[in-house]
Amino acid sequence: MQGSTRSPETGGMRSLDPRTKVVAVVLFILAVNLIPAGAWPVYLVLLALLWSAAVVLHVGMLVLLRRSLVAVPFVLAVVVLPFTTPGAAIYELPGLGWQISREGMTLFLTILCRFFLAVQAAVLLAASTPVSELLWGLRKLGVPTTLVAIIGFMYRYLFVIGEEAGQMIRARAARSAQIPHHRRPSVFWQGRVSGLMVGSLFLRALARSERIYVAMLSRGYDGHPRSMLHLRMVAWDWIVVIGSGLLLALILWGRMA
Amino acid sequence: MSCLVEIKNLSFSYQDGRTALQELDLSICEGEKVGIVGSNGAGKSTLLLQLNGVLQGTGDVRIAGDQVCRQNLGRIRSLVGLVFQDPDDQLFSPTVFEDVAFGPLYMGLDESAVSLRVREALESVGMDGMEERVPNRMSLGEKKLVAIATVLAMRPRILALDEPTAALDARARRTILGVLKHLDETLVVATHDLSLVAEVLDRTIVMDRGEVVADGPTAEILRDEAFLAEHGLI
Amino acid sequence: MFSGLIALHIPDGFITPSVAGLGWLMCVLVIWMATRQTRTQFGEAQVPVMGVLAAFIFAAQAINFPIMAGTSGHLVGAALAGIVMGPWAGSLIMAAVVIVQGLIFQDGGLLVMGWNVINMVAAVLVGSSAYLVIFRILGTDRKRSRPLAAMIAAWISVEIGAVATALELAVSGTFPLGLSLPAMTLIYGIVGVCEGVITAAAISLLQVSRPEVLRGGEESQGKISAAWLSSGMALALVIALFSPLASGAPDGLEVVAHQLGASESEPFLSIFPDYSVSFISSSVYSTIVAMVIGVIMVFSSVLAVGHLVARRSEE
Repeated sequence: MQGSTRSPETGGMRSLDPRTKVVAVVLFILAVNLIPAGAWPVYLVLLALLWSAAVVLHVGMLVLLRRSLVAVPFVLAVVVLPFTTPGAAIYELPGLGWQISREGMTLFLTILCRFFLAVQAAVLLAASTPVSELLWGLRKLGVPTTLVAIIGFMYRYLFVIGEEAGQMIRARAARSAQIPHHRRPSVFWQGRVSGLMVGSLFLRALARSERIYVAMLSRGYDGHPRSMLHLRMVAWDWIVVIGSGLLLALILWGRMA
Repeated sequence: MSCLVEIKNLSFSYQDGRTALQELDLSICEGEKVGIVGSNGAGKSTLLLQLNGVLQGTGDVRIAGDQVCRQNLGRIRSLVGLVFQDPDDQLFSPTVFEDVAFGPLYMGLDESAVSLRVREALESVGMDGMEERVPNRMSLGEKKLVAIATVLAMRPRILALDEPTAALDARARRTILGVLKHLDETLVVATHDLSLVAEVLDRTIVMDRGEVVADGPTAEILRDEAFLAEHGLI
Repeated sequence: MFSGLIALHIPDGFITPSVAGLGWLMCVLVIWMATRQTRTQFGEAQVPVMGVLAAFIFAAQAINFPIMAGTSGHLVGAALAGIVMGPWAGSLIMAAVVIVQGLIFQDGGLLVMGWNVINMVAAVLVGSSAYLVIFRILGTDRKRSRPLAAMIAAWISVEIGAVATALELAVSGTFPLGLSLPAMTLIYGIVGVCEGVITAAAISLLQVSRPEVLRGGEESQGKISAAWLSSGMALALVIALFSPLASGAPDGLEVVAHQLGASESEPFLSIFPDYSVSFISSSVYSTIVAMVIGVIMVFSSVLAVGHLVARRSEE
């Protein structure tokens, strides 16, 4: 690839092709979701596999764990499962008389394991692949060029428009004095203020998109995204892809048996 | 005399009815360094956008003899490079390399030629080695330099810049001035920055309310303080 | 900067692969349609406009305001996107938002991304269609019609997303519908009010400053196809919701789950408590207690993570 600083010889595993990583991660997550409930040793093996991959790809453990926090609300929601799933009671909450069922507990822990492994695999993909390469990989894997280009634009302007939003929020905060013993403005009023901010942010974004379009036109844009990134699949890539395919096959076979 | 830019009787109004340019006549020759100055709303940016046909008014605009019209837009846009005021509007790709390569790619160059142009363009603004940088994490000054490179990579004959020094600190401004001084292309710079004009550009056009009110050697025009004040420039 | 970013997309592990596959199939179809429609709507400007507005939605979700006791409200944006840009452009924008949230920020799983996209697209299509209908009913010549229609449409769009999510979780055998549906509709009933207020205010601003933008969205192409598709979606939801409850013992959703290939060999896949929550011996009250506990837990965790993320992004 022109303009890329890394070359396949020096990188080894670290310079895996983005396509390889996308395919491997999807196969891995699929495998994780197909492991029968309660097969705890298998989950442990997969976790070990994942963490070794993280070490090879130089993704810190802290990043891996921290980013999985985002889905905590969903995880907490499944806490009710041990109580609501019918089955053999293994524990009864003192006082309330609610029973924890073995089946419910298994279901709960299984979902937790699947979630944990899947989200870490996703973090691994995102943290070890520059967005430009990730998008290129998706396009090569058959995701429509237009959609990939839109996502690329979105990612680029996330920071620009996010900064504009940040400025508006700071400006609002700077004017939000609160005098002791005076009533705060109502929730609806505050919601309305937020809505007005959203509205003017929209107008700015719309105007910006028009300016960007003009800038693209003046450099010859014709409506069809083009790119000249070239990466090649090397031996390592095939090893990883085939390896993750085998993993999935193994788990499917295990389910049959 | 055949000039690089020939504008005759150009008028332009925006959709909301605002008149931005009124019966403008202007010619700029190869190699000239021209400053367009005027207060906000004088029509400077609108004029720049006319140069490569992003906006089209009534009247006649010719670049290197070709009329700016729908059929010629591809050619015109490879002749006139526009650098916008907000570099974030111009740098829309995930990496510096892809941004600078954008114009050359759409010109239909093969990939080795594109890479060569990217390297040369980045070198000429002193940003070589920055190919893999991400625009989100660059300073405003760096973004402005790369924005100039995105246009230089197309090897235009005319470089039209809108407020190249706006909102820059002294050091970044100095860097931009240094780059502009060393460019061989014909320069058209719309700006409020009179000391930029004095230092880099030898001809100055003063605009007010869509009309050219003065056009001549920079030294002469900047000397007349009463005139500058009358048109809201000092 | 992204302090408002709290996951409300389904993560991986909660949906079975076969159900996820169905979601991807629908997602691919919808994105294909949306891409085609927006290409005719925006021409060459399609990519920059869609991309930048997707970034806008993402940023707008960070604009929050305190509601009570440390809880803050913020925008989802599905109805807003559908109203101002038209149903298909809105769908494509929200799809891009969901994809970036899942792919880059791990908000929402990769395997279930199909459903997460469909939930948002459903919210856009139903929201924008509802807006047009309500706007007509209220009278297109009155000043308050637009904001009011937007408010109601935004509330509906949020509820649609919530009901769809609850259904998907139920079909996967993760949550019994009898538990998740009331909890989700309750939580999102409140979230929807915020959504309504913010959307209405944004629309009122646009009505004053750029009415032509609003008219562009209202008159965008493809609103008929969007209206058909959204009524189809709403109908599908209603049928799915009421069939098991109506038919009683043999669970309709359970049947669906079986047909989708959720096999008997995995016991948890076929566990569907018959909509009587089983930890209770008898009374309705414990159901309510459980629900309230669930709601509180979800709220407090949203809060905790929100504070955590907010603090980190300030550092």
